Amino acid sequence: MADASAGLHLKSISCTRGYRDLFTDLEFELCPGQVLRVEGKNGSGKTSLLRIMAGLAQPLEGEVLWQGRKIDHAESEYLNNLLFIGHRAGIKFELTPVENLCMAKSLHGSHSTISIESALEKVGLYGFEDIPCGRLSAGQKRRVALAQLLLTHAKFWILDEPYTSLDVNAVAMLESVFAQHVEQGGVLVITSHQPVTVQAGEQYRLVLPKTELEALV
Amino acid sequence: MSPSTLSAFIALIKRDLMLSYRHRNELLNPLLFFIIVVTLFPLGVSPEKQLLQTMAPGVIWVAALLATMLSLDTLFKSDYDDGTLEQMMLSPHSNAVLVLAKIISHWLVTGVPIILMAPLLGIFMFVPAEGISTLMLTLLLGTPILSLVGAIGMALTLGLNRGGMLLSLLVLPLYIPVLIFSANAVDASMSGLEIKGQIYFISALLVLSITLAPLAAATALKISVE
Repeated sequence: MADASAGLHLKSISCTRGYRDLFTDLEFELCPGQVLRVEGKNGSGKTSLLRIMAGLAQPLEGEVLWQGRKIDHAESEYLNNLLFIGHRAGIKFELTPVENLCMAKSLHGSHSTISIESALEKVGLYGFEDIPCGRLSAGQKRRVALAQLLLTHAKFWILDEPYTSLDVNAVAMLESVFAQHVEQGGVLVITSHQPVTVQAGEQYRLVLPKTELEALV
Repeated sequence: MSPSTLSAFIALIKRDLMLSYRHRNELLNPLLFFIIVVTLFPLGVSPEKQLLQTMAPGVIWVAALLATMLSLDTLFKSDYDDGTLEQMMLSPHSNAVLVLAKIISHWLVTGVPIILMAPLLGIFMFVPAEGISTLMLTLLLGTPILSLVGAIGMALTLGLNRGGMLLSLLVLPLYIPVLIFSANAVDASMSGLEIKGQIYFISALLVLSITLAPLAAATALKISVE
């Protein structure tokens, strides 16, 4: 009864770039409370895999199922449960952090319990609420994007290199957010060149171009 | 449209207007282009009243069309570059509705100033009063079509490095009916003829493009984001 699963099911996914196969016949399933770290060299297809999982790109072969239905059929249900933060963070430089998060909130229709201001305070941007993001540092811009994690009700997080240009404190803060998310039955898919330690849930690792998940203890 | 989609729709229009406001000088470019092209004609051709009057509908409409085309670049480009477009595609709301919001705000900052400036340029080109009201009416019906159709072209050429040339090739043929019927309507009203036919035709084009263009542009964007 794999098809009636509660999570995301990747069925024999293949992906190519140009004439090169990035990975073939990738098959796994992610259930609530699981963490998947996608690893691999530069250009091994980590971002491509994440974009396929988010439904932003189509795989060459295979399909992605959400609760037993193809993600482009169950689109709004899936997207309601999805938070994707990619390389390009989706932050407008001309807008202030508050305005950026307001927009993200109305796009994704979140009904969070905490306010945008307190989310910004939690990511260490207290006092920067009204400064255009273009004038913030690279790490601070990243923090604005990651503040979305505190505001969303999505259960399924896909994060591409979230640690880029973050300092040690921010990384520790993120890890505690991840742990809380996974404990509450969320799913986390993450790529990172730095070690990721999430103190909760079942941990898996996928090293591209290999296609088997390794369970981590 | 569900209430949350409606609020996302409004929030997106507000955001785009705020962004345009923070780039005020860029905002003026299409309008300045429009004014400059029209004002150069009397200098370059002849200041003769008769000649300017005959040319006016065509000149003003061609200038408005080119000014809109120049401004299309701002429609999705920056959103594409900074990843906000991706986030838009990942939103659970209908993409076509969100695309329509972007097109509306584009029209508000490019089309509306052109409509407001047109009577002044009309007087400048010796267009009589009946002609000016028709000119404004055709612009009011026609400039939204330019933004809507332009959005499809822009969405298709978004991923290309130099999509500018291709954009003109894609979009111009679709602009031509609007140009012909609008300029003709202004011309006809200046000679005191009936213009109902042309106005109905432009209105039909507007209805058609409002219904279909957001869907087409949203699909094209999906391909471009990939």
